Amino acid sequence: MKIKSGRFKIFILAAAVGTGLFGAFVNAQTNPTNEQVIQIVAKKFNYAPNVIMLKKDRPVVLEFTTLDVVMGFNVPDLKIRTDIIPGKVSRVHLVPDKAGTFPFVCDIFCGSGHEDMSGKIIVT
Amino acid sequence: MKKTINRRDFFKLAGLGGVVFASGLGNLSSAANKAGREGNAYDDFYFVQLSDMHWGFEGPPNPDAKGTLKKAVTAVNSLELQPDFIVFTGDLTHTTDDPKERRKRMAEFRDIVSELKVKDIRFLPGEHDASLDRGEAYQEFFGKTHYTFDHKGVHFIVLDNVSDPGAIIGEEQLQWLAADLKQLPNDAKIVVFTHRPLFDLYPQWDWATRDGAKAVELLMPHPNVTVFYGHIHQEHHHMTGHISHHAAKSLIFPLPIAGSQPKRAPLPWDPAQPYKGLGFRRVEAEVKKAEYAITEFPLSKG
Repeated sequence: MKIKSGRFKIFILAAAVGTGLFGAFVNAQTNPTNEQVIQIVAKKFNYAPNVIMLKKDRPVVLEFTTLDVVMGFNVPDLKIRTDIIPGKVSRVHLVPDKAGTFPFVCDIFCGSGHEDMSGKIIVT
Repeated sequence: MKKTINRRDFFKLAGLGGVVFASGLGNLSSAANKAGREGNAYDDFYFVQLSDMHWGFEGPPNPDAKGTLKKAVTAVNSLELQPDFIVFTGDLTHTTDDPKERRKRMAEFRDIVSELKVKDIRFLPGEHDASLDRGEAYQEFFGKTHYTFDHKGVHFIVLDNVSDPGAIIGEEQLQWLAADLKQLPNDAKIVVFTHRPLFDLYPQWDWATRDGAKAVELLMPHPNVTVFYGHIHQEHHHMTGHISHHAAKSLIFPLPIAGSQPKRAPLPWDPAQPYKGLGFRRVEAEVKKAEYAITEFPLSKG
């Protein structure tokens, strides 16, 4: 799964520190109209939901917020990652084009339960 | 102080506590065997690596959490020939959100390891020590989080890939590394200590350094580089080109093989085999040939 040229098409990785405005701008230019929106809330020390069900070939935008500290969202198998910053919305746009289960993890050390912050994306 | 260890001494030492693994970098085994057969002595030194003590942890994965570090201290002190130095490769303490409690744990840890006979002790932080305050408390107790030192012809580099909570080394430290390497001859004997692996062992469990490849790239021009790290609580060996990476066991609880179970939860304590999977490592260096012997010492037999 690679950005743009891979089997998943990822349009934007927004909300990295200091790039919020840029991300919002690019988002407006490229956001497909039929995207499914999935909101994910991070809180010490889990994601809700921590299992994200996606449909193959259906565009989706993952919208992240955090209720407390800075978190990470990293899906190594999909080459997706974003920071989740308090007070901001982080968005990841993608079009899954293969089925499978793809674990994700918080990769910003957020406290004593950091190791428990994980989940999976399931594409059917 | 110049020490000479012959093969007989080596195997005598290796018998302490029961050896579960002994190997080197491929050609070491044959060199060691040859030396053993011929009864040759060679000028060398060794150090002990201790990792992932998580002082302050409490829970079922190790009902003797407060005893394991002390047992390791006793075991190292009982070595007939003491190592030249001891290195703690991170996670000295277990995470707490309370800065006061964090410092208390560090003070307790420091007091316990002060009982080691060997006083040349090198520390580096793990993410449990340093990620929540970017190494502030750690530096109060143990000094710099990245530094170099030289010992008997070997250049040791301690890298900090944990103080940034995003698991990166960072551009500033990478530039520092590049400047340090630039001063060395190309064939310098280099040992790198880190907490996290510098390569993508299993990013799905956060077992990686996001910019570790940049450090490896800087090290690549040097033919004699070995990396020792912790973090994953188990023995593991990996090559990136000619650079070998060796992970050490933990002194608190073992973790599962990458991807072998859905979560990176500690392996359960086995009352029938207490301390199984825990232990410390002795690393032996033969300076003339830049070779290393690695011996794992479990805290329990079986």
